[in-house]
Amino acid sequence: MQKRLLLNSTQFDITIKRLCYQLIEVHDDFSNTAIIGLQPRGVFVARRIVSSLCEILNLPKIMHGDLDVTFYRDDFRRREIIAPSETRVDFIIEDKNVILVDDVLFTGRTIRAGMDALLDFGRPRKVELLTLVDRRYSRHLPIEPDYIGISVDTITSEKVTVKWKEVDGEDGVWLV
Amino acid sequence: MPSLSVKHLLGIKDLSVEDIELVFSTADNFKDVLNRPIKKVPSLRDVTIANLFFENSTRTRLSFELAERRLSADVINFAASSSSVSKGETLIDTVNNILAMKVDIVVMRHPHAGAAQFLSKHVSASIVNAGDGAHEHPTQALLDAFSIREKLGEVKGKKIAIIGDILHSRVALSNIFCLQKLGAEVMVCGPTTLLPKYIASLGVQVETNLRKALEWCDVANMLRIQLERQDIRYFPSLREYIQLFGLNKEILDSLSKRITIMHPGPINRGVEITSEVADSAQSIILNQVENGVAIRMAVLYLLAGQVGK
Repeated sequence: MQKRLLLNSTQFDITIKRLCYQLIEVHDDFSNTAIIGLQPRGVFVARRIVSSLCEILNLPKIMHGDLDVTFYRDDFRRREIIAPSETRVDFIIEDKNVILVDDVLFTGRTIRAGMDALLDFGRPRKVELLTLVDRRYSRHLPIEPDYIGISVDTITSEKVTVKWKEVDGEDGVWLV
Repeated sequence: MPSLSVKHLLGIKDLSVEDIELVFSTADNFKDVLNRPIKKVPSLRDVTIANLFFENSTRTRLSFELAERRLSADVINFAASSSSVSKGETLIDTVNNILAMKVDIVVMRHPHAGAAQFLSKHVSASIVNAGDGAHEHPTQALLDAFSIREKLGEVKGKKIAIIGDILHSRVALSNIFCLQKLGAEVMVCGPTTLLPKYIASLGVQVETNLRKALEWCDVANMLRIQLERQDIRYFPSLREYIQLFGLNKEILDSLSKRITIMHPGPINRGVEITSEVADSAQSIILNQVENGVAIRMAVLYLLAGQVGK
């Protein structure tokens, strides 16, 4: 199938930067805000955003973690088992503003599982959702992102691939 | 993700090395879950598990039940002493009656070797063997090996001595299979009367001198003297056993290296192991108990997650 480039590496970079400024507008100096990337691919978005934010705000660090939702999925026993990844949340979530981060928002089921997993760590003050790619009109659940990198209209048989310099050698978003 | 090669967990003997590694890596994740404020995940919320204990157990039953509840499964418990078994019902009838209540997984402990195997051929649920006679106790072996891996980094190449009543021990047999599959060297040590005659054919070293065994090993797994299973007298007196095979602080301190001490429980303090040793920094006995829940969660999760098997 033909690949269509949605974001090249320059646009990718601009999008991440823009998302950072949008976050700063709401979260100011991030003193009571934590960024949590959903395993496996959301953690790349989260890390990139955290490092950009640190650079822009000249902060030594921002609270961030990785969250694995495997044990909270609603398709267990309905499809092959998915290998769990590491969860790393080494701060208190209680009363924090939490930004859940994922790479592609599609049916919303992963985010539902992510919220359940998150709430097992405590009661955040507010939870927001950031997604690099929003596949519109494909939701199975009433979930909408607060921050969107790029919105795309797709059909179910299509697949959105996000590549990362860190693991794939280049940044970019493709529609396959 | 690869899934287990088996539908039931009847014994370590049926497992591949990949199966064991898969249980370990899954247990790592569950151990992480157990250290969270809310130690529970919803994975098995549509699964019902029956714990059938035809033989007494405290630790294993509690550990399984906790694992099941922490996976959000529905749990029913059954103890033979308070059941229709005493009225003469057969094992298959008992279990089929329970399965008619729509049970997906059966965790069973039974005094007869092969009971779990037998049941797996006659019922549709997944069976987890929680100990069958003197045959196997697979989850104990998995948690023992997992605890060794946690303490020493890996199991491969390590020397493990299993010391005590090998003859009546299902823990010993499962441990031998599991440790050998993972590439460890295994030695059994005990009075000749408590060592099965053909145990060496499993490829283990046999030793009757406690000091020699301790000098050789990296890890000593001390087994309980199962007085309740001893139909004849296997050694002259308990006092003599303690003198020859009891692990105490003096002998431990006189060794040329620091070895790790394990015990599957329940401990007969002052018999196979003194309190001083059991509670020392070299002992990982309570880590074993802690890891037991994570290992059992992993086993149940992996068995329950098999689709269409």
